[in-house]
Amino acid sequence: MERRDFIKWSAVGWAAFIAAVGGYGSMVLRFLFPNVLFEPVQTFHAGLPDDYEPRSVSERFKDQYGVWIVRDEEKIYALSTVCTHLGCTPNWLPADNKFKCPCHGSGFYTTGINFEGPAPRPLERFRIALSDEGDIIVDKTKKFQQEKGEWSDPESFILV
Amino acid sequence: MSDPNKPSLSDKFKTTQFYRSVFRTGVPVASHRQRMMIMLNSVFLHLHPVRLPKHAVKVRYTWCMGGLSFFIFLVLTVTGILLMFYYRPTVEYAYGDVTDLSQQVPLGIMREIHRWGAHLMVITVWLHMFRVFMTGSYKPPREFNWVIGVVLLVLTMLMSFTGYLLPWDQLAIWAITVGSNMAGATPLAGMGGPGSSLLSIGDVNFITSTSDARFALIGGRFVGEGALLRFYVLHCIGLPFIMMIFMIVHFWRVRKDGGISGPT
Repeated sequence: MERRDFIKWSAVGWAAFIAAVGGYGSMVLRFLFPNVLFEPVQTFHAGLPDDYEPRSVSERFKDQYGVWIVRDEEKIYALSTVCTHLGCTPNWLPADNKFKCPCHGSGFYTTGINFEGPAPRPLERFRIALSDEGDIIVDKTKKFQQEKGEWSDPESFILV
Repeated sequence: MSDPNKPSLSDKFKTTQFYRSVFRTGVPVASHRQRMMIMLNSVFLHLHPVRLPKHAVKVRYTWCMGGLSFFIFLVLTVTGILLMFYYRPTVEYAYGDVTDLSQQVPLGIMREIHRWGAHLMVITVWLHMFRVFMTGSYKPPREFNWVIGVVLLVLTMLMSFTGYLLPWDQLAIWAITVGSNMAGATPLAGMGGPGSSLLSIGDVNFITSTSDARFALIGGRFVGEGALLRFYVLHCIGLPFIMMIFMIVHFWRVRKDGGISGPT
């Protein structure tokens, strides 16, 4: 075999080897991201607006979907139960009228605004709407952040 | 009185084919070279150096912390394998199985040994590193082995991190929730990290809660079944495998870089 041929073929061989390793590596990476998740769906029905008392915080969907349904004087909004500090789940303390995170002590008003502890920003709200049948639909795929001025978006609350 | 020239029973045994096939160096062991070959020709004996400098046995210098770390690693491997006979890594069973191991399984102290051993190993690894630093043993030609050691320290902490989730109590779940959120802050690859919005076409974002680094780690949007199983596999197979490869290189380099370090 000519020296030139040997180098040529070894270059082909190395290229094929690197392509195989790269291809298999990307297959392994893709393998780690399944197509189906066995988690609660991201969009759910939350009953009728009349199910919620004015000035109340409902924990009905906290465990399953990670959402508080809050109704104040004029509107209903869906508040995320994920603390904006490090991702724990705060507790609703009705006596103190606030959400309090057990991990590092962040506190939030019923609006979701942070007022104590290390949380750097308010809780997030999710898209909420009324269906044709008049019941509430919460869509967790779209979130609204107060610090971005998104809470005035009409999709982030329903008027009652 | 027995005849000193008469071969003893053990001498006879050492001439059998059985003995000669297991131990490659024959008898009689007459020379220094032969004694050395016995060490070098055995896979187990050669793990120990053939000759030791006098300072190597000075515990006050090395504190034996590297050796103790490896010993604890072996203890954790044995107790860990034992725990695997009882522990089922599912949301339904994990917590109960760990409680069972502590309270019902005979000699369930294996679980406590595993847990305390894990704490102890972090301490010994840290003290080992401290000793190496204070004696300047990271200096050439050992600077590469220091880097291997740093990788082993990180792997030790990742073992602690993944093992922490397995009891599946409130402490575990929320600690891993907090810890794995850090993966979400990975540049480019994490949903909340800097530059993640660069990887998008129009309104379609490619780095989402189901496609970012955090998801790859915990196999879900939150710490659940996927996280428990992934951490279990990483804790029992993935990380120990990587760790052993680095330990092989680490120990081999100790020998090649001139043996155990001592006062110069």
